[in-house]
Amino acid sequence: MMTPVKNPETKVKQPGESFFKRLIRQQLFIPFAALALLVIFNLAADPSFFAVTIKENSLGNPVLSGNIISVLDNASELVILAIGMTLVTASSGGQDISVGATMAIAGSVILRIACGGQVTADTLQAPLFLAVLAGIVATALFGAFNGTLVAYFKIQPMVATLIMFTAGRSIAAWINNNQLPIMNDISFKYAGTFLPGIPVPTPIFITAFVILVFWLVLRFTTLGLYTQSVGINANSSRLNGLDPQMIKLLTYVILGVCVAVAGFIRVSRSGSINYSRIAENIEMDAILAVALGGNALSGGKFNIYGSILGAYVIQFLTTTLYKYEVPSTALPAYKAVVVILLVVLSAPVVRSKMAGLRLQARAGSIAKEAK
Amino acid sequence: MQKGAVLEMRGICKYFPGVRALQDVDFTLRRGEIHALMGENGAGKSTLIKVLTGVYPKDGGEVHIEGVNGPAVIRSPQDAQNAGISTVYQEITLCPNLSVAENMYIGRTKGAVTNWRKMNSGAGKILESLGIPASPTQQLGTCSIAVQQMVAIARAVDMECKVLILDEPTSSLDEQEVQKLFGLMRDLRKKGVGILFVTHFLEQVYEVCDRITVLRDGQLVGEYVIEDLPRVKLVSKMLGKELDDMADIKGESGGASASRESAPVLEAQGLCSNAGIQPFDFSIRKGEVNGFTGLLGSGRSECVRAIFGADRVTGGTVKMDGKEARIKKPLDAMKRGIGYLPEDRKGDGIVGDLSVRENIILAYQVMKGFFRPISRAQAEAFADNYIQLLEIKTASADTPIKSLSGGNQQKCILARWLLTDPKYLILDEPTRGIDIGTKIEIQKLVLRLAEKGTSVTFISSEIDEMLRTCSRLIVMRDRKAVGELSGEDLTQTKIMATIAGGEE
Amino acid sequence: MKKVFCLMLALCMVLALAACGGKTGDDPAPADTGSSAPADTGSDAQQPADAGGELISVGVINNDPNESGYRTANDAAMRATFNEENGYKATFYNNNDAAQQIATAQQMIQDEVDFLLLSPASTTGWDTVLQDAQAAGTQIILFDRMLEADESMYVAAVVSDMPAEGQTAVDWLAAQGLSEYNIIHIQGHMGSDAQLGRTGALDEKVAAEGSWNYVTQQTADWDEATARTITQSVIDSGKPFNVIYAENNGMARGAVAALDAAGITHGKDGDVIVMGFDSDKWAFEEVLAGRWNYMGLCNPLQADTVDSIIKDLMAGNAPAQKITYTPEQGFDCDTLTQADVDTYGT
Repeated sequence: MMTPVKNPETKVKQPGESFFKRLIRQQLFIPFAALALLVIFNLAADPSFFAVTIKENSLGNPVLSGNIISVLDNASELVILAIGMTLVTASSGGQDISVGATMAIAGSVILRIACGGQVTADTLQAPLFLAVLAGIVATALFGAFNGTLVAYFKIQPMVATLIMFTAGRSIAAWINNNQLPIMNDISFKYAGTFLPGIPVPTPIFITAFVILVFWLVLRFTTLGLYTQSVGINANSSRLNGLDPQMIKLLTYVILGVCVAVAGFIRVSRSGSINYSRIAENIEMDAILAVALGGNALSGGKFNIYGSILGAYVIQFLTTTLYKYEVPSTALPAYKAVVVILLVVLSAPVVRSKMAGLRLQARAGSIAKEAK
Repeated sequence: MQKGAVLEMRGICKYFPGVRALQDVDFTLRRGEIHALMGENGAGKSTLIKVLTGVYPKDGGEVHIEGVNGPAVIRSPQDAQNAGISTVYQEITLCPNLSVAENMYIGRTKGAVTNWRKMNSGAGKILESLGIPASPTQQLGTCSIAVQQMVAIARAVDMECKVLILDEPTSSLDEQEVQKLFGLMRDLRKKGVGILFVTHFLEQVYEVCDRITVLRDGQLVGEYVIEDLPRVKLVSKMLGKELDDMADIKGESGGASASRESAPVLEAQGLCSNAGIQPFDFSIRKGEVNGFTGLLGSGRSECVRAIFGADRVTGGTVKMDGKEARIKKPLDAMKRGIGYLPEDRKGDGIVGDLSVRENIILAYQVMKGFFRPISRAQAEAFADNYIQLLEIKTASADTPIKSLSGGNQQKCILARWLLTDPKYLILDEPTRGIDIGTKIEIQKLVLRLAEKGTSVTFISSEIDEMLRTCSRLIVMRDRKAVGELSGEDLTQTKIMATIAGGEE
Repeated sequence: MKKVFCLMLALCMVLALAACGGKTGDDPAPADTGSSAPADTGSDAQQPADAGGELISVGVINNDPNESGYRTANDAAMRATFNEENGYKATFYNNNDAAQQIATAQQMIQDEVDFLLLSPASTTGWDTVLQDAQAAGTQIILFDRMLEADESMYVAAVVSDMPAEGQTAVDWLAAQGLSEYNIIHIQGHMGSDAQLGRTGALDEKVAAEGSWNYVTQQTADWDEATARTITQSVIDSGKPFNVIYAENNGMARGAVAALDAAGITHGKDGDVIVMGFDSDKWAFEEVLAGRWNYMGLCNPLQADTVDSIIKDLMAGNAPAQKITYTPEQGFDCDTLTQADVDTYGT
C-alpha cells in the first residue's frame, strides 16, 4: 500500500524482515495460486475464454463482451461485500451472515422509492440518488442493529446476525407490501448495465470506486490499525484509549453501507427484485472470499486486497463452471471443494509443516553463512 | 560419555529465522544432581529444553543418554519420554477434573479396560513414597497448586525417568509449598534422578542446586559447581557485565525525592471504582516516584486503574495541575498526559499479532486521532528510536510482538507510553516475570524519567524494588489504603508491619 | 448481573423481531384469523351457504409469497377470498419448508378446522396429516400443487395442468416453423411440479426432432440473476442460439437482460424467441409490446374455484370431479390483446 521508506543500513541489520515480507506475500499466495490455476485451466481447455469482443447492445451502444468482462462485472457485488465482511471479521472475530437478506432490504427500499410505491413504473418517481441514499441509510441502520448486538450485548456475530438473516427477507417484502415492483426506466439500469457510450459495464466502475474509497480510508485514517487492534486484543485496545465497542459497531455500519451499494447494483441489473431469491447464499461467498484472501476468520490482522482477490477468484470459478455447463445446482459442491482445500491449507498442522519446511531451508542457509 | 552422566548434549545448534537461538551449546547432567539452567530471557534456556524434549528439531549437535549407544534420536515429546526424559512445565498440563490416579496414568494404560483398583493402589504407593499429601481418588482440581505440581512430578517419576526437567515449577507456589517441592526434589536426587531445574529465583538456586550452567545469547558461558559461584558472580555471568548497578540505583534515588517541594501533578480525593476498592486519597508531585504496595489482591492495581479510568469510576474527584479533571475512560486520562502500563502484560498490554512498530505507536496514534494517521516513515523512525533507546531485542520492527520475550514485550509497552510523552506514568508490575537485567534497566529508566520531571507511580510485588525507586509508598490492605510511608519510615520491616497491620 | 440483563434484553429483541417477521408471512399467529364473534353484520348481509350464519373455519397452508410473482398473486387471491366477508374464519400459514407445513397442518387439524386448504411444498411426507384429518373429520382440498396420496384422502384438488402447459408451449414453438431450434432451456426448481411439467414436453420434442437442440439446459432455481448469468455465459462462449425457453417469467426477464447487454435482438422480428410462464402483468406487457414472443399462462387464481367447491360441499353437493384444472392457455405477441392483459394479468 505504501512504499516502505527504509535506509539500507537497517535492512542489513534485520534479516528477519525479508521473512516477514515473505509472510505477507504468503497471505496472498493462496488466492493468487487459485487464480493462476483457473487461468491455466481455461487457457489449456479453451483459450477463447479470454477473448473480449465489442458488440452493440440493444440501445445501440458499443459494449465489451466476453467471459473476462463477465467475471469482472458479476463479481462486483461480491467484492464490495467482501470488503465490508473483512472489516467485520477483523474487528469482531465473526461474520455477518445477514448480508444477503439485508441486500434484499436495500433493494426493496431503493425500488420502493424509485417506483414511488407503484408496482410497475416506467419512469423514476424520485431522484435516483435519493433512492440509493435511503437504501444506504436503511442497511446502515440494520448494520448498526447487528453491530449493537455484537459489540454491546456481546452476542456471537453469527448468532446476532442470524436474526436479520431470518427476518431480513420478510422485512424486505413488507417494505413493498409483498409486491414485486418493477422499474423500467432505463436510467435506473445504468448502474447495473452500461452507461450510454461507455463500453465497460458500470458495476466494474462502481467496484473500482469502492475499492478506491477503501484504499483512501485505510490510507488516511487509522481504521485499519484500530480494527486490527480491537480484533486482536480488545482489553489492550481499551487501555490505549480506543473504544472497542464503538469500533466494532462502526465496522458493521460500514458493512451495511457496502450491502446497500451491492444491493443497488443487483436490483439495477434488472430493475426488479425477488425477495426470497435475490443474493441468496451470497453471505457464504463473501465469507469464503475473506477466507480465500488468507484472512483469519477469528479476526485480527487482515488484508483487504486478499479478500477482493478472493471474491474475483470465486466469480472466476463460477463463470468457468457455467462455461463448462456444470449444473448451477452443483456449484455449491465445487465451492465446497475450495472450502475443504482452504481449511486444510490453513489448519495449524499443515501450516506448521509448511513453515517447518521453510524454516529448515532458511536455517540451512544461515548455518552455511555461519560457517 | 562422561562417567556418571545421564545426559550429555554436545554442540547443540538451533536457528530461527534471523536468530541464532543456540550456538554450540554443551550441557551435562549427572546422576543424582540438581542442575540449574540459568540465563536471562532469550538466553536460550527454553529452546534448549525444547530441543531436548523433541519439541524443536535441532540444527546441529548430538544428544547422548545413559544406556543408549550412539546419539539418541528425539523427534517428538513421546520419543523423549521413551528415552527417560520427563518434563514438568510451569503451567500445569494435567486435567483438573480427573482423579489424581487417573492423571498419573492417563495416556499410559494399555488396552481398553482399566483396572481401577490396581491403578489406585499403584498411585497410592508412589504418592506415599514421595510424601505427597494427596489421595489417589481425590479429584486433582481440589488439590492445591503445589500438590498438583507434585502430582505432575510423581507422574514423571513413575514413568521411571532418568532425567526430570522442571521448567519454572515454583513461580505459582508460596514459600511453604516451595519447601515441600524442594523436599521432593532432594528425595529424587537421592534416588539417582538427574534434575534439570529452571527458575528465575536466585535464592532457590542456592538452596537446592548442586551445579549451575549459564547461557547467554544462545551460547554457553560455563558450568559451575555451586560453591564456586557466589550470587553476584552468577548475575554478572548472566548479564555479561560486572554488577555494580544496585549501588548506582541507590545513589540516583536521592534525586527523586528531591522534588518534594514541587507542585502536585495529580490529586485524587475519595476516588473509588466499580472494582470494589474503598475510596482513597492520592496525590503525586512533579518528578516524584511513589508506589502502591500490598499483598496480591489488596487493591493496589485497582487504585491505579481508577486513576487511569480503566475501571468505571463511581465516586471522588480528581484534580490535575490544580484544575478539576473528569476522567471517565482511558482516553480522557491519556489526553491529560497520563500513561498506564497494566499489570497483565499479555491480556491488557500487548496486541499480540501486531508488529512491534504498531504496538509502540498505538497509544500515540490514538491520541492523535482517527483522521491523522502516523505515516509509515514516521512510525518507523519512532519504533527504531525506541528499539535502540530501550535496547529492545527484536528481529525487526515488523516482527509480531508476541514472538518477543516477556521483558522485551514490556519494553515495547514502555516505549508506547514514553512516545506519548506523559506527565505522569503509572507502571503496574512492570518487572514481573522478566529477567534481572531488564528489571534493573526499567528501574533506572523510572528514576531517569523522574529526574526529567515525569511523575511515576510504581507498583511491584518485590519490596526491594519499591524501596530502590520510590520516595513514598501507599500501603494497601483489603482494598483499603491503610498507610503512607516516606522518608525514614521507608524500610523493609516498617512496610511489612504496615502491610500485615500489626501495629493496630 | 449485567450479563443477565443484557441477555434478557437481547432475548426481548429477538422475540420482538420474530413476531414482526411473523406478520409478514411466516407465522400461524392469530393476527390473520378473523374475529370469532359469531354474529357480525358482514356475515348477515351476505349470508353464506351454511345455515345459522356460522363462519366456516379454514386453515390455509401455502408457500412463501416472496418466492415468485406467481406465488405472490396466488397468496393474495387466497387471502382476498377466505375472509370474514365471504363467510370464512381463516388461518393462514406460509412456508417453503414442508416439515414446517406438516407441523402446522397437524396443529390446524387439532384446532378442528372444517377445511384444510393445502399447497404442499413437497409431494411426499403427508400420510400422517391425511390420516389425522380423516380421523378428525377435517376435509382437505389441495390447491396449486399435488401430493402423492390416494385420491380418497382428499375431497378435491384445484391445480394447474403443468404437463399441458408445457405441451401447449412446445406446440406453439413448433408452429413457428424455424429451420433449426437452438434452445437455451432455463429450468425452475428441480423436482417441482411446474419444472417437471414444463421440462417434460420440451425434452420429448428435442429427443424426437433432429433439428431441435439444447444449447444449454440449466436450472436457475426460479432466480432471475442466475438465469441472466447462464444466458451471459452462453453468449460469452459464442454458441449460436435462437430460443430462450425459461420456465417462469422472472428467469425469462433475467435472460433478456443478458441479451440486451449483448445487443442480441429478441421478441417479435428479433433473432431470439423469448418464452416465459406464469401470469405476471408486466410479463404480459412485455409480450404485448413484442419484446417477448410467448407466455404460457399459469393461472394462480384458484381461490374462487376452491371457494365454490367448499360452498357446494356445505350444501351437500360433492364436487363434479376430483381434480379441477384451472383454465389456462398460451399467449403470443401476435394474438395477445390489452383485454387479455387486463383479464389474466396479476
